[in-house]
Amino acid sequence: MNLLQSAFDSLLGFALLWLAWRALASPDLFRAIVLFVAFGLLMALAWVRLDAPDIALAEVAIGAGLTGALLLGALARLKPEGVTKPTHEEKEQ
Amino acid sequence: MKKKSNKPKSITENGEREAPFRLLLAVLLSALAAGLGYAVLSLPSPPPGLSSHVAANLETSGVSNPVTAVLLNFRGYDTLLELGVLLLALLGVWSLGVAPEHHEPPPGPVLDMLTRLLAPLLILVAGYLLWVGAHAPGGAFQAGSVLAAAGVLLLLTGWRPGAGFSGLPLRITLAAGLGVFVVVGVVLMLLGGRLLEYPPSFAGALILLIEAAATLSIGTTLAALFLGGRPEAGPRR
Amino acid sequence: MIPAVLYALVGMGLFALGLFALIVHTHLLRKILAINVMASGVFLVLVALAARTRGAVPDPVPHAMVITGIVVAVSATALALALMLRVSAETGRAELPEEPLE
Repeated sequence: MNLLQSAFDSLLGFALLWLAWRALASPDLFRAIVLFVAFGLLMALAWVRLDAPDIALAEVAIGAGLTGALLLGALARLKPEGVTKPTHEEKEQ
Repeated sequence: MKKKSNKPKSITENGEREAPFRLLLAVLLSALAAGLGYAVLSLPSPPPGLSSHVAANLETSGVSNPVTAVLLNFRGYDTLLELGVLLLALLGVWSLGVAPEHHEPPPGPVLDMLTRLLAPLLILVAGYLLWVGAHAPGGAFQAGSVLAAAGVLLLLTGWRPGAGFSGLPLRITLAAGLGVFVVVGVVLMLLGGRLLEYPPSFAGALILLIEAAATLSIGTTLAALFLGGRPEAGPRR
Repeated sequence: MIPAVLYALVGMGLFALGLFALIVHTHLLRKILAINVMASGVFLVLVALAARTRGAVPDPVPHAMVITGIVVAVSATALALALMLRVSAETGRAELPEEPLE
């Protein structure tokens, strides 16, 4: 049992480092963000292993969910480079 | 590091620097990591900590979840300033411009249906997390971020707050968490205590009041951050 | 207390990895990702050291600090992304110039 836990901890630690490395080195920005979201989910597992369920809840909602949404939203606005004009004609409301 | 690659860079490229520079950096950072690792490994073995202090004072804090007790009672001013940081970040984003028009196509049936099902559920979960935070994992930050997730989901389907809400009501909601926190702290000072020193008999109720306001503010602030700019208030032009 | 030390070392690794990427990459979105990885590393070290406490419950004070830190990190990320979009709108590219501005 103890051996199994140690194996799981080691695996999780390696997975965290590997995912972080892939997220930071990936040539495609979209893939980098998706890998970062996966990294956030594994961080939540690490928090549970470290007896911190409060942080795990916050990490799942914020680190994986909201940060990913923010990053993807920013990437979508970044894609048409130089095309986005701040003075876009406004629609009727 | 004056060398420069002359090819134009697109956003799918790495834009990395020269190999010798990266090698030197890797060596330096490995040394840093090794030094930090040595520092951790050589920490004193019976670790000093504050858990015994927290456990000794938990009865007077008004809640039985130690993390909530630390967040809202023992180190309440941290949380107070943290709400200020959230508000400042939102002010920074708003000062950069108005929220961009969204050009997304109308949501497909899956996203539409999912949002209809999930948004009420997420709001319910946020309320539950807020309530349960007093004695189990949960609390204002978790509840607020779940609320923000519901808001982001709604924003993704093209929903925008109406002109009636995006003026003063929105701003009051955003400032409510910090405002209630400061008012409670100042009233307690006027009553003869120190800043955020709750009387033990009211502590639970005061913490719940502050947490409820903070949940609303955190949720609204994070969703507004996702919007990425200040909303146009009132009739346009 | 092996797992706690293991996670603390992983946190150090994440911090160093993030710092490396922060310096090496020129694209601003990658720098923001790198800062987030660094923050995760710091949080991991803090919570791992809290878990060293003997007894049933780990030290709640670092836990509260980390929860606060996660929320501050996401708001800082949002502000940084807004600034990046502004830089991109002004200059047409979301990267830092590699040569000093003249």
